[in-house]
Amino acid sequence: MTEDTDNTAASLPFFGIPRLVPLVRKYRKALLTMIVCGLFGSVMDIGLPLLQKYALDHFIGGRTLDTMPAFVALYLAGILFSSAMNFIAGSYAISTEVRVNRDLRAAAFNHLQTLSFDYFNRHGVGWIHSRVMSDTGRIGTLVSWSLMECVWHATFLVGALAVMLAVNARLALLVMLILPLIVVLYALFQKKLMEANRRIRELNSRITGDFNEGITGAKTIKTLVIEDRMADDFVKDTSEIKKTGIRAARLRGAFAVTMNLASSLALAIVLWQGGFLRASEVGTFSLFMSYAQGMMEPVRWIVDAISDVITTQVNIERLTRLLATRSDVTDAPEVIERYGDSFSPKKENWEPIRGDIAFEDVSFRYPDGDELVLDHFSLDIPFGTNLAIVGETGAGKSTLVNLVCRFFEPTSGRVLIDGRDARERSQLWLHSAIGYVLQTPHLFSGTIRENLLYGNPDATEEDVRRALALVSADEVVARMEKGLDTDVGEGGDLLSTGEKQLLSFARAILADPRILVLDEATASVDTLTERKIQDAMKTAIRGRTSLVIAHRLSTIRNADRILVVRNGKIVERGTHRQLLDQKGHYYRLYTRQYEDEATNDLLS
Amino acid sequence: MRFLKGCKTFFLLCMLCAAVSALADMIAPQIVRVTVDQIILGESAASLHPAVSRALEALGGAERLRERLWIMALAVMVVTLVKCVAQYGFRVFNAKGCETLVKTLRDTLFRHIERLPFQWHVQNHTGDIIQRCTSDIETTRSFVSEQMTQLLRIAILLAMSVFFMLRMNVSLTLVAMIPLPVVVWYSLHFHRKFRKGFQTCDENEGLLSAMAQENLTGVRVVRAFGRERHERDRFAAQNEHYTSLWVKLGRLMSFFWASADVLSGVQVMLVVVFGARFCLRGEMTSGEYIAFISYNGMLVWPVRMLGRMIGEMSKARVGIRRIAFILEAEEEKDAPDAVSPPMDGDIRFEHVSFAYDGCPETLHDVDLTIPAGTTLGVLGGTGSGKSTLTYLLDRLYPLPPECGRITIGGVDIANIRLEHLRRNIGMVLQEPFLFSRTLRENLSVAAPELPEAELHAAAEAACLEETVAGFPKGYETFVGERGVTLSGGQKQRAAIARMLVRKAPIMVFDDSLSAVDTETDAKIRRALERRFGTATILLISHRITTLSKADQVLVLDHGRVSQLGTPEQLRNQPGLYRRIHDIQSASVELQEAEARA
Repeated sequence: MTEDTDNTAASLPFFGIPRLVPLVRKYRKALLTMIVCGLFGSVMDIGLPLLQKYALDHFIGGRTLDTMPAFVALYLAGILFSSAMNFIAGSYAISTEVRVNRDLRAAAFNHLQTLSFDYFNRHGVGWIHSRVMSDTGRIGTLVSWSLMECVWHATFLVGALAVMLAVNARLALLVMLILPLIVVLYALFQKKLMEANRRIRELNSRITGDFNEGITGAKTIKTLVIEDRMADDFVKDTSEIKKTGIRAARLRGAFAVTMNLASSLALAIVLWQGGFLRASEVGTFSLFMSYAQGMMEPVRWIVDAISDVITTQVNIERLTRLLATRSDVTDAPEVIERYGDSFSPKKENWEPIRGDIAFEDVSFRYPDGDELVLDHFSLDIPFGTNLAIVGETGAGKSTLVNLVCRFFEPTSGRVLIDGRDARERSQLWLHSAIGYVLQTPHLFSGTIRENLLYGNPDATEEDVRRALALVSADEVVARMEKGLDTDVGEGGDLLSTGEKQLLSFARAILADPRILVLDEATASVDTLTERKIQDAMKTAIRGRTSLVIAHRLSTIRNADRILVVRNGKIVERGTHRQLLDQKGHYYRLYTRQYEDEATNDLLS
Repeated sequence: MRFLKGCKTFFLLCMLCAAVSALADMIAPQIVRVTVDQIILGESAASLHPAVSRALEALGGAERLRERLWIMALAVMVVTLVKCVAQYGFRVFNAKGCETLVKTLRDTLFRHIERLPFQWHVQNHTGDIIQRCTSDIETTRSFVSEQMTQLLRIAILLAMSVFFMLRMNVSLTLVAMIPLPVVVWYSLHFHRKFRKGFQTCDENEGLLSAMAQENLTGVRVVRAFGRERHERDRFAAQNEHYTSLWVKLGRLMSFFWASADVLSGVQVMLVVVFGARFCLRGEMTSGEYIAFISYNGMLVWPVRMLGRMIGEMSKARVGIRRIAFILEAEEEKDAPDAVSPPMDGDIRFEHVSFAYDGCPETLHDVDLTIPAGTTLGVLGGTGSGKSTLTYLLDRLYPLPPECGRITIGGVDIANIRLEHLRRNIGMVLQEPFLFSRTLRENLSVAAPELPEAELHAAAEAACLEETVAGFPKGYETFVGERGVTLSGGQKQRAAIARMLVRKAPIMVFDDSLSAVDTETDAKIRRALERRFGTATILLISHRITTLSKADQVLVLDHGRVSQLGTPEQLRNQPGLYRRIHDIQSASVELQEAEARA
């Protein structure tokens, strides 16, 4: 969400098109077919006025129907041929468009799987999401449709001009004079129109925002009795969008007027300068009339296509930048050689993991920060330790977890897993031994079963049942009509927070990780569920190395070791007793929490 | 459709323009025809309409025009100019009518939604309502601007060209007309299919998009479980499926376009071929032939569009119905004899019981008085009915007559004008909601002409001044999505300041200092006492230090009054108040011992 959230037009050499070449290379055959068929498809559009000329000159002028059967046959063949060509061109255009989109989306998505957390911290989800979903779409449209439009219309234009030149060069040149005028005028309009359309989009999203605020803030608005005030403010926005909408319509109207005038100017030139004063020239007259009037539309399409190319530069630039971003955390080539990468692991070479963690003289600064949050920090966390990390919201409790999970790498010093530098093994090796339960539980859309198997696809039905029972999530599943095959909805939204929390515990247990990271929930759930979650937590950490970002007294009191974090730094460490005796920051945190929790216990 | 009222004129003008433009469209081929027949080929003017031949004479007759073809060229330009002006008018009046309609619709919807009872807001999903207010309005707009008016325009154009064609040659017109119904039916048929196809594609795009979204928001889970490969495969499968749907739909679309091209091409060919025959038989002149082909060309496109338009209509009907659902809900209303009494009297809850729709009772027989100028503290657990008490007082939920009475200064609040009631009750909600505007606008939202001094005074009392001073832009700081995110405590204090500027005689604090630390809490309460000593206050809190300054404290337990008295009295009798008091004043060592026991 920093430097590259801007939407200002980027300017790349040749509008960024060279950057696309490697991405569309495999479609060059399809593109070629599309272009060739499109060229042929335009033939009928060029030929039609010629056929009419023939009909006028030969049949009507010559007063004979002798060649009629051949004429009809040719006409029909022309229609069928050009339609067939256009069908092929159109099919290829659409399929190339969506296939290019597909490839780009997959490339962006897969690349994101390898980027480090620094990238995700720096860019909002919405921003990244539109790189994957919408930039790719614009580019696909560009390489297929914009190209197709250009081929179709340029062919017609060139063909029409050629025929006109052949038939009557002087008149053709006169008619051609209008073209540059049209191009310039249209380019001007186009720019203004785009501006107006952008403004309309902005205003539209503001109005959606207004509705959103008016509806979610209904209670507040009522208690403040500002219904009228809000409605009056809303009217300001709707008035503005109305004004802009009408202005855009005026622009469009004015543009259509110019186009019409230009094509009638062409017709007028033909009438005036044509000098078709002999009966035998009626056919030529009709030919020029058709071409002169039909030339304006193609010009418009071509200018549209060109302006698409210009605006799509931004999308190309952003997407290629995403694809070129390197991860801060990468495995060394020799590590990949031995252990495989994230997509094709070499599990046969993986050593079993024990679960000892050690920080050895670690210093760390976040890539986007300038202060050292860990300064020559050392800590030994042997297998089976329950480590609690406490501190206020935003104090930086996740830093240690981020380092243990290798979401970030130390600025200096080493993080040891089972006595060896974490960098000596692959990320996937480490991650496959870690279980993670988030403060706000995250489920994927799909069934409960799919979610549970997320961390361990090979688990048996029996394993699943056991894991569920261990954290008393079996009741949650039993309540569901379809049991394990119940759909959880997007992001698990069909379940309550408590249910999601319990299921995410079961998921972590099912993965049977040696190291468990737990971010305790602070969200309010009812007492019964809360007790269940706490029990589930106790079950989950048994027999593993666990790092708990702690909020609850029971966790804090029973932890083997506690780290107290304040303003991003570790200020105190020790057991619960030792820390209480110090009467420092921990003591204050704990007292406040005790009060709150005891009061809540009484009140719930 | 009562919303069409304000924009009827625009739509009428718009239709008028459409008619003029269609007429101009009809005249241009006639000029060409005369040019070809009379001027170039020198045919007699006998077959022409008398008005046309008179016009020809007035311009100097065919012979003279032959020498001055520029006159015909000029005529073409003039006709086009008329057409352009009419077309411009069509677009602009269409836009005006349509924008006016949409604006009225939006304004009415917004105002209406704000006035709908709170209960309605609770019952209906925010996302769904917003959808109705945005995309359904958009559907309605395109129905009006693109379908309704365009349909009429096409009808006018069609009628006129058929009229002119019939006048020139009846048989050829029949030849031209016969394929048209087929074209309409064909395009209607395909557009139905497309709509289904588009829907499936959209749904699948939604799934794909959600998958990407989930992957991004769940990046920690993905990485920590090492499931990048699974994610890639899952995404690839859906990506492939979605793409193949589009390829299929694309093929269908290309087929439709190509085959429709064949259909309309054949139609044009029929006209060209039969026209030539009729010319030979002397039933038509060359000029008429050229003009006829022009008219025919005007028909082909609109007719092809017709199928799509008819197809889209059903979508608009659904959209309009969804909007009507909101507009038909009933607004909050005052009783006809509602009054605006002084609001600085005693507040009485008289045997109040209340249950939300279809739920068990939330309040049961609550009976108490808050004397004017005193403070009532309320303590109770989740679901004890504390917040309900405040909702009823502010009439966010109306209290049914058989469920007791709430009076202020002896007047039943059901008989007080709603606006008067709410204006005089300053309420700070449990979860403060700030608007995405600047801090200043947020504070003065309920008092637009607020003097600077009073703004600062309110902020001072809510302990907000110092915080604001810490923002680089001070009171001009933008709150919300585009701006600074305030902490929970800062939001609560802003909400308090916003309420204070109202200087209401009754104030309600619904657990609204929970995220503020104890010292600030105390400071705010002292400031309130100093500046608003005469106000009647209802204060919900968990903090004994806060409650102990109240004149009386109510302990609610599952909707029933379990204790009521001065803080002093409650401290000395067994019960919830004393237990919490003990917890909050005991030392940590004591707690430790307790915890170990």
